[in-house]
Amino acid sequence: MTTVAEPRVRPQPSTLTRLRGWLRNPWGKPRALVVVTWVYILWSIVPVLIAVQFSFNATRSRTVWDGFSDRWYWGDPVDSVLHDPALSNALAQSFKLAIADVLIAVPIGVLLALGLARWRGRGSGTANFIMLFPLVTPEIVMGVSLLLVFSHVFTFIETGTTAQILGHVTFSISFVVVIVRARLFSIGRQYEEAAADLGASPFRALTRVLLPLLTPAIVASAAVVFAISADDFVISQWLSSGGPTDTVPVQIYAATRAAPLPSVNAIATIMMISTLLIVTVGFLTWRFFTRGERRAGKAAEDFGRAFDLT
Amino acid sequence: MYRRWLWPASALPGVLWLVLLFLVPFYAVLAVALGTVDPILFQPEPIWNPLEWNVGWLNEVLSRLAPGGIWFEVGIRTIVYVVIALALSLLIGYPVAYYTARHAGRWKGLILILIILPLWISYMMRMLAWVNLLQEDGWVNEFLMFTHVLSEPQDWLGGSHLTVILALVYGYIPFLILPLFAALDRIDRSHLEAARDLGASPWRAFRRVTLPLSKTGILGGAVLITLPMFGDYYTPNIVSGAPSTSMIGNQIDLYFHGGPQPTIGAALTIVLAAFLTILMLYYMRTIHRAQREAGTVGAL
Repeated sequence: MTTVAEPRVRPQPSTLTRLRGWLRNPWGKPRALVVVTWVYILWSIVPVLIAVQFSFNATRSRTVWDGFSDRWYWGDPVDSVLHDPALSNALAQSFKLAIADVLIAVPIGVLLALGLARWRGRGSGTANFIMLFPLVTPEIVMGVSLLLVFSHVFTFIETGTTAQILGHVTFSISFVVVIVRARLFSIGRQYEEAAADLGASPFRALTRVLLPLLTPAIVASAAVVFAISADDFVISQWLSSGGPTDTVPVQIYAATRAAPLPSVNAIATIMMISTLLIVTVGFLTWRFFTRGERRAGKAAEDFGRAFDLT
Repeated sequence: MYRRWLWPASALPGVLWLVLLFLVPFYAVLAVALGTVDPILFQPEPIWNPLEWNVGWLNEVLSRLAPGGIWFEVGIRTIVYVVIALALSLLIGYPVAYYTARHAGRWKGLILILIILPLWISYMMRMLAWVNLLQEDGWVNEFLMFTHVLSEPQDWLGGSHLTVILALVYGYIPFLILPLFAALDRIDRSHLEAARDLGASPWRAFRRVTLPLSKTGILGGAVLITLPMFGDYYTPNIVSGAPSTSMIGNQIDLYFHGGPQPTIGAALTIVLAAFLTILMLYYMRTIHRAQREAGTVGAL
């Protein structure tokens, strides 16, 4: 009788063994990289989590933890986000600007992306070039120029909500174009050509074939526009007329330079969670629409790549 | 046949918007900077005709920025801050992007989400977080005193160069890591395998293959964070507020918010924009060359 040799299974090194190997040679490849990466991630996220924690502090301190409380959100009758008009107005103003920005910039940007991708002829090169400018112009230059244009040229528009919306849309359009155009390139032209071969007019091919295929990019760009509008500080500040037109970032900036209360942490936390929720919804919608197009398990990577602006 | 005008028409609203609210406003800055000032009310009076432009204010700003001028130090400080912040960002960002693209394995998706996460958290929120930690009785001082690095609390927020530079790094580094990751992730592994098969050491393979092929990502990311850093004024204001850490952006901010002379602010904005345009042109030329070189590498 012959004995069948047992296939030799090499035991996976236990976590402890691996840890010991690490300690013996912490700089062996790519362990140093692992350490750098995770330290970076902790460094980039933990301070924000601590700021969120202090928005729930029971006392006025932002440095000494005195127990959990909801006073800075709604409990405090004077200084909470709910009861301090400066803070609740800022929250309303931020949402107002972000929603208006999405409603205006996304349709304009989608049409511009389509036009720039398909329009071959005089003027298309220039239009392509102009589209790139807002992406690389420092916000302070844009802030100065918008402030001056509203005080010297379009004098019928005063600083305040309208001017802020116009400013936000101006820097948002290019982001929509970049995201939608990337999707257009990955779709290619074959679906449109097939529609044309089957007798669809260009307009019908656009509405029945191209726009449905663009849905994930449109959803992603709406989430991005909401996020960059909610995050924007410079344009909102330069075009603010003070008081109720100050947005959340403007309030955080002003309060931090004075003597802030944890209510500032609270308003920042509310804004952050709203933005993250919207981006998550954008991501899930995007994943739903592109299911079957992508390699399994790579949704996050592809979503990340949608925002690669270079 | 409307086939011909369908696409230009679809681009029209966007193009019109950008012309009216991007190009015209920029021209307004030029008209104000090269205009005159009302001698009684000190209000800027823009000149719209380029043939009548008055370069007096622009000369004034340039002489202030020249050696010996009152803004010379601010200008140098701005450049030093940006260069150090950029170098630190690359030093931290490159290994992170490299690890995520090459070695993260099954963690790749999670790490990528965690790297993208700060992009969705408001810049002001992230600055606020550090202002809290850096208070006199904040956790940073507590930690440094607990570990006996410091014997008494340090005033981090009263005009420290280190604080401003680290705040700039903290604020802008996520925008650098993403393009770096994209460039590194695009590199075809067979190039690397070929280099290793031909006897290159891992370090040499990195230096001769990976690094050159990620050049476009390095440059792209560097430009993406350098341009806004040069126009930054809120970061030094929020983590320091002292004149000793003021940057060019702070001077522009001062001349518009509370300052009496928007014309000087506009002229300084023009100088800043011109400087950044030169930087941008240099970047575009380098990218063009790098792409041509990368093309030959691919062909070989």
